[in-house]
Amino acid sequence: MQKTFRIVDEDGIHARPATALVNTATKFKETEAFAEAKGKKVTLKSILGVLSLGLEAGDTLTLITEGGEEAEALSALQDVMIKEGLGELHE
Amino acid sequence: MSKISGIAASAGIAVARAFILEHPDYTIAKTAVSDIEAEVAKLNDALAKSRVELQGIKERTLAELGEKKAEIFESHLLILDDPELISPVTDKIRQESVNADYALNEVASQFIAMFENMKSAYLQERAADMRDVTKRIMNHLLGIHYVSPAEINEEVIVIAQDLTPSDTAQLNRKFVKGFTTNIGGRTSHSAIMARSLEIPAVVGTKNVLSEVKAGDLVIVDGLSGDVLINPTEAEVAEYKAKQEAYDLQIAEWKKLRDEPTVSADGKHVELAANIGTPNDVNGVIENGGEGVGLYRTEFLYMGRDKLPSEEIQYNAYRTVLENMQGKPVVVRTLDIGGDKELPYLDLPKEMNPFLGFRAIRLCLDRQDIFRTQLRALLRASAHGDLRIMFPMIATLGEFRAARDLLLEEKAKLKEEGKEVSDNIQLGIMVEIPSTAVLADQFAKEVDFFSIGTNDLIQYTMAADRMNERVSYLYQPYNPAILRLVKIVIDAAHAEGKWTGMCGEMAGDATAIPLLLGLGLDEFSMSATSILPARSQIAKLSAQDMKELAAKALQLGTAEEVAALVESIAK
Repeated sequence: MQKTFRIVDEDGIHARPATALVNTATKFKETEAFAEAKGKKVTLKSILGVLSLGLEAGDTLTLITEGGEEAEALSALQDVMIKEGLGELHE
Repeated sequence: MSKISGIAASAGIAVARAFILEHPDYTIAKTAVSDIEAEVAKLNDALAKSRVELQGIKERTLAELGEKKAEIFESHLLILDDPELISPVTDKIRQESVNADYALNEVASQFIAMFENMKSAYLQERAADMRDVTKRIMNHLLGIHYVSPAEINEEVIVIAQDLTPSDTAQLNRKFVKGFTTNIGGRTSHSAIMARSLEIPAVVGTKNVLSEVKAGDLVIVDGLSGDVLINPTEAEVAEYKAKQEAYDLQIAEWKKLRDEPTVSADGKHVELAANIGTPNDVNGVIENGGEGVGLYRTEFLYMGRDKLPSEEIQYNAYRTVLENMQGKPVVVRTLDIGGDKELPYLDLPKEMNPFLGFRAIRLCLDRQDIFRTQLRALLRASAHGDLRIMFPMIATLGEFRAARDLLLEEKAKLKEEGKEVSDNIQLGIMVEIPSTAVLADQFAKEVDFFSIGTNDLIQYTMAADRMNERVSYLYQPYNPAILRLVKIVIDAAHAEGKWTGMCGEMAGDATAIPLLLGLGLDEFSMSATSILPARSQIAKLSAQDMKELAAKALQLGTAEEVAALVESIAK
């Protein structure tokens, strides 16, 4: 499953929201979670991976979940994106 | 017991155990290991210890400083457990049969380089977090005992080579009773911080770091500049008595808090304070400041990853003006460059930064930055008695150019329907000798002067104030400096304008009688110097000081001037 977001936070994805994303992804032990942007795909369970995408305002980011509780995981991650004011759903 | 002398940088006396703040030196060599699994276990052990340590720091920070400050340690914990970091390190140990510290250093360096090369300034700074975490793991791997200043949790005296801005930002006033350093002077960053935190400090001792061991009992006498190592009980008692006497003196000064500053023969002068952030205003009020004589706006621009917006600046300026309740506030526009860098501006390194592209020179070139600040100031002017001054003015042309930009922005704001005061005084810093010499011409166009003595002395004497080998040339009492000060004050008075001074000299007990005699109108200093200065001025006759200053101007050396002032003190 996947969902694409557009980054709206003027600082891009910085440490606090990245921490929240990684913590959320890590909670779902049975589910693989990835972030894809600018032609790079990294595991969402690594803060260094997420920060290495170098996301800035205006970039698009796709969150991907596979296996286990993929639907629950994706919806929890979407909550973080919105609640932290990071991104908006990109149609 | 042994005693070392340094420069008294911040008044008061502190007695506590020594805490050595030293950044360890890592020498990492590649070695072949035979027992690979033992090496991996060593890494896991270092990670586990780092985890426990970070958890503790996080919880303590959360309890004492709040959620916001604790977040950083939460992300450090995640880095510590990051599979993208740990797997490559373990792989490297296993595949290349190398030592854990070498493998960690190799992998961490790649991440640090990756962050440093990122486009966003914010992400570039994450390299510092990566370094911090790597250091923590490395300390456990190499068996180095290191505690960062933020982790101090008992009463100590900090002993260091020097304190960097990031060190001082982490000092907790509750536990750090005083500090002493090998290098630095009264105007170095650490000394200024100590005075604003009101922590006793002695700097520039040259060798305190090698003389003191962790846990030694240390007395820091920020009044005399002495540091006592492992004092006897009698000495501890003597210093405690000295501390009490000092506290009594402070209590006497406090009585002058709500009094005006008047000399023995009835001349009124104004005592104002130098501040760096809106938080400093409290200290100004508590110490009876009659205004803010220098608001250094640089701090708004520092410790961030991009320029502060007009709104952020407006809020800061407005807060200061409102909290000063109608008392004058002199704001200095951005003085960046020289020794004060802003990483996100990406300015080229200069051979001679103090003589280079800084302050008003930069602002007139980068008008986008300057106009934003001017707009924020103009909008804030509706909330108090705002006075604006431009730093590092060398020519009348520079002043006119800066003034015209201000007037343009003012006109624009009025068109936009924003409220702007029509009574903003506009002045300049006098810190370049050319401006002091030509003060009579400037006085026709400005509303006031503020003499910045630190730079004026360094430019007049051609001596870098950060260079200890020429620090003897930092001579505030040199008759050459006094004559320049006189030229400026006289020029202002001839046009019915006023002159202030916002350098360290304005709060100096030896300089005050001379400055009073030269006719200085406003003295701006560290907030904690205000009450002692008020008490001193109340005992001086302005008329007698005028004669004293006239004599001083005819002397040949700084030492002769100091001796002359000394003679009247008795």
